[in-house]
Amino acid sequence: MLHLILFLFFGTICVAGAINLLAQSHPINSALSLIAVMASLAGEYLLLGAEFVAAVQVIVYAGAIMVLFVITIMLLNAGKEERTQGSRVAILIGVPGVLIGGVLVAWTLLHRPDMQTVPIGALKGDPSDIARLLFHDFLLPFEVTSVLILIAIMGAVVLASRPEAIARPHRSTPGPQETRELVATGKDHR
Amino acid sequence: MSITTFIIISIIKSVVVLGVLLTAVAYSVWLERKVSAHIQNRWGPTRVGPFGLLQPVADGVKFILKEDLTQPHVYKPLYIAAPIISLVFAITSISVIPFGNWVDIGPWGTYLQVTDVNIGLLVVLGITSMGVYGVALAGWSSNNKYSLLGGLRASAQMVSYEVSLGLSLVGVLIIAGSLSLRDIVDAQRHMHWNIFLQPVAFFIYLISAYAETNRTPFDLPEAESELVAGYHTEYSAMKFAMFFMAEYANMVTVACLATLLFFGGWLGPVLGPPILQMILPVLWFCLKVFLFMFLYVWVRWTLPRFRYDQLMAFGWKVLLPLAVANVVVTALIVAWRA
Repeated sequence: MLHLILFLFFGTICVAGAINLLAQSHPINSALSLIAVMASLAGEYLLLGAEFVAAVQVIVYAGAIMVLFVITIMLLNAGKEERTQGSRVAILIGVPGVLIGGVLVAWTLLHRPDMQTVPIGALKGDPSDIARLLFHDFLLPFEVTSVLILIAIMGAVVLASRPEAIARPHRSTPGPQETRELVATGKDHR
Repeated sequence: MSITTFIIISIIKSVVVLGVLLTAVAYSVWLERKVSAHIQNRWGPTRVGPFGLLQPVADGVKFILKEDLTQPHVYKPLYIAAPIISLVFAITSISVIPFGNWVDIGPWGTYLQVTDVNIGLLVVLGITSMGVYGVALAGWSSNNKYSLLGGLRASAQMVSYEVSLGLSLVGVLIIAGSLSLRDIVDAQRHMHWNIFLQPVAFFIYLISAYAETNRTPFDLPEAESELVAGYHTEYSAMKFAMFFMAEYANMVTVACLATLLFFGGWLGPVLGPPILQMILPVLWFCLKVFLFMFLYVWVRWTLPRFRYDQLMAFGWKVLLPLAVANVVVTALIVAWRA
């Protein structure tokens, strides 16, 4: 009973946050709604007995990724977005697509006779179990993913850095010879 | 234990721990003022009560009675939410900190801890990582360039140092083989304190924790000489007090974690009659936490502030590689021994 109440509580926050994310016109409000979604998802994981996943969800998504979102919004000083009439593609394809998807999921959940349920807490979410999966059973995919992320980071660094900054070493102060020249010519070459 | 007893015991524990924490926060401010005064050859607070011991009460009353100014140019919802977010997350993390061992009270017994979760350390890290939002949102919603710069600095600094902070703890976790704070302390019995086994990790943790709590030498988010007061420039009265309390509550949490992870928590010589055996562990714990709080103040009045580029370079180019190296070496030694 308590489980159901808590499930509905976190579920409501999650869905409300997701809708608010789309409805808000200011980016920072949208980012905060996304944090609420992440945090309530962590609450749902906790209810399922997956404490480790819940903690990681909070640390990684709410604590790290969303902080970067918020910093970016603050740095760019992004203002309010303008309201548009909505695109025609969204109405013609998006809305029916969502409806069909929702109906499919509901139908599958309701009409599968052989659907197996697992009692809450029976699925182990211990750190040791997850570690065994990651570093033993799925070691290769895990390592390949980490290499992929590393490549992505390097790509981002290369894209973000200006080409002239790579080509020529950065010099902030002129050397003694240059200083003499600067004094002689009376202008700054930098 | 029936559900009613459980709830009653939990409520009692929460109230006691919260009361102790808030008192500790108030008296850390007193400690800070007193120690800094003596370091600078002054007296510090002396007027209110003996040794100025009632100064925190006077400060509290002042904060409550002061006029609460809200500038017209702020973004109100977040401006009000920011100090609340800061304080709530700063206080919540104390709930998984164990203060001592099992105690028997009449027919019942309980651990001296509000709640024992088997991933206690991750819970603390998760909650403290959410505390960034208070500072960042305060800076942004104040709509003031100094606040914004302070908020940006704070969030960049906290995100950067959180990485080395987390990595420095991995060595301890490898040795203890558990994420539960209680198990980590139990693994340090017989003077196998982690400070001796993981000295590098301890210093990385200490430095990153100072940066996480925005304390000198990492107090750039509120650097008075350049940013007025940083992210809390526009805050006054109780809203400012909430940031202030959050900072000190975070310091207490960091000191508790340092004690638990590296200094054997409540472990220490225990002797005498049963009642003394119950009190002594808590006493050891409090003593160790107090030493860390003292160290905080000592460092603040000894070291000058970092420059911002130095701060970032130190975090990413020195602390992070060191922390990674520490993890690799610890893992190799543990694997070789097993």
